Amino acid sequence: MKDTARSYIFLAIGLAVIVLLSFPVQTLDNYDRQIVIFIGINMILAASLNLINGFTGQFSLGHAGFMAIGAYASAAATKLVIPKMMEAAPEGFGQDGVFLVALLFGGLVAAIAGLAVGVPSLRLKGDYLAIVTLGFGEIIRVIFQNVKVLGGSLGLSGIPSYTTFNWVFIVVAVLVFITQNMMRSTYGKGFLAVRDDEVAAEAVGVNTTRYKVVAFIVGAFFAGVAGGLYAHFNGLIEPAGFGFLRSVEIVVIVILGGMGSTWGVLFAAAVLTYLPEWLREQDFQVGGMNIGDFRLPIYALVLVILMLTRPQGLFGDFSLKRSVQRFRTRRQEPSTTLEG
Amino acid sequence: MSEIIEQQTGSSMSARELRNYAIGGGVALLFLLAMIFGGNEFRQQVINGLSLGAIYALIALGYTMIYGVLRFINFAHGDVFMVGAFISFFAARAIEPAFVSDPTHVGDPGSAILVLIITMIGCGLLGVLIEFLAYRRLRNRPKLTVLITAIGISLFLEYTGQLPMVFGADPRTYPTLIESSQIAITAGLTIGTKDIIVFSVAVVLMYLLRVIVMHTKIGTAMRAVSMNMGAASLMGVNLNFIISFTFFVGSALAGAGAVLYAMTYPKIDPLMGIIPGLKAFVAAVLGGIGNIPGAALGGFIIGGVETMTVGYINPAYRDAIVFGILILILVLKPSGLLGKGGTEKV
Repeated sequence: MKDTARSYIFLAIGLAVIVLLSFPVQTLDNYDRQIVIFIGINMILAASLNLINGFTGQFSLGHAGFMAIGAYASAAATKLVIPKMMEAAPEGFGQDGVFLVALLFGGLVAAIAGLAVGVPSLRLKGDYLAIVTLGFGEIIRVIFQNVKVLGGSLGLSGIPSYTTFNWVFIVVAVLVFITQNMMRSTYGKGFLAVRDDEVAAEAVGVNTTRYKVVAFIVGAFFAGVAGGLYAHFNGLIEPAGFGFLRSVEIVVIVILGGMGSTWGVLFAAAVLTYLPEWLREQDFQVGGMNIGDFRLPIYALVLVILMLTRPQGLFGDFSLKRSVQRFRTRRQEPSTTLEG
Repeated sequence: MSEIIEQQTGSSMSARELRNYAIGGGVALLFLLAMIFGGNEFRQQVINGLSLGAIYALIALGYTMIYGVLRFINFAHGDVFMVGAFISFFAARAIEPAFVSDPTHVGDPGSAILVLIITMIGCGLLGVLIEFLAYRRLRNRPKLTVLITAIGISLFLEYTGQLPMVFGADPRTYPTLIESSQIAITAGLTIGTKDIIVFSVAVVLMYLLRVIVMHTKIGTAMRAVSMNMGAASLMGVNLNFIISFTFFVGSALAGAGAVLYAMTYPKIDPLMGIIPGLKAFVAAVLGGIGNIPGAALGGFIIGGVETMTVGYINPAYRDAIVFGILILILVLKPSGLLGKGGTEKV
């Protein structure tokens, strides 16, 4: 109970900080504000993928597919459906309400897709699951390319720009809150059990199927919400933007941040979103090219080197609380405690 | 690969072996019937399917061989294929400088063979290098670590290839290595010499692979490693050498596939390996991963399905339908058509 109470306090503080921060953010120019928003969206994507890849150990390469579903569903809601319903809608049901409904709708549709992917994928693990989720992401992209109502391969444009700093980071805060609480509940223990040893978990009676599906559904829901936020920020969504490489980008964030470390992943999302922009502004020339142009090969190389030297990621399994505890116990009773 | 050993050691045909011959024969019969009874347009599609399928089969063999010895999916295989296309591109230009100055220049068959050999050796060495630098260090690590490493290598090859000083991101036009003409078989049905060459080169290479795997000492060692790595090592098999050799052969086949693919679709770019690589992977899974004849069979089936989709359903769905097959096969029969089911041990 104490932890739960504390998490509510953290959420309240987080929300207050976000609202306070939104004032200085409004003074930023469009370019900087865009970077901040993209950091937030990538945080949501990475933290939600972390639930599937990091905590539950189910390697998914189709996160951009869920994002695409959420983006299209919510954009279709604000652009095509809600305007028609609004004539009959009650007074006071303003823009924020419309956006909230659209985001939830996008998340819900993505969650249903997550269920649809999660259930057949249960028989698969490791490499196979990665390929099937990848295939799923590609199928989604191809379908959107061929649906005329949603713009086909040209994409959907003219989506109202509802997304603001507050919207994005409140979702981040809620996601972190839900993740932290979930990881403290039986669900979290179940996720970790599935990740650490699926056969053993099953043997002691853990319903691994249920936890895998739940991880997929929750992860997909937030990916869908992130897609909705992206759609209502960019104003234009096109199927090509939700390809395999987009999924890989999110996976890279999760791996570099450390699978299973929410804070590490949030940090990595911020760094990896900002770094390319920062490098672009710098004037380091290497071989006639801006240093920023080398960032993608370098990411890939870092990924390989990290796997060879530190496979749990930069911040994998790192928890602030545990580090503090370890520090304390070490001071009080040296060399007698056994770390779990 | 372990499946083949059973076939060799068993004195009489096992039920599974019979079934596999039946499946292989059935698919071949299907192609034959399609050729005999189909309309001309349909026959044309079958020919295209065989030519494309032969390429997929070559790439799929690399996936399946590496899976056979190391039990992991070499995600970078499709990108080795891409590098192969570029190696052959530059080799062709170096051998016949006329390719650079004159875009309509048609190469000489001798230099085409030379390009093919150079590409196969180049790709083989790249495969060996990747194994040596990355996978060798991860041999007893969790599968996920190896998988992420493979994705990392794949991305590294793609992104490095896109740098302007390497290959550049823009597609390049592949030179015409050999002259292609259409031979009329019957009225209204033609077959390109290119298709014949692609198909025959692929089949010859597959036959060579079979000879290596089944009838040489090194092939015996490969099969032994795929059955039981530890025991093979105790029997004096040099594991590192055999694994390197497997990577060499698998990657060289991808290189050959790349030359044939680029001859058929003469636009090459650093991301060209992703989709053919994934389709070849689907082919390997469809045939039963780890099973060499299965990979070849899967390649032809995928090639056929893809050309039929393009011809009769909607070209836009050509990739989606292949992934659909993958999901179906993994859900319904994960061991593939010719593979052997197994239970997971703790």
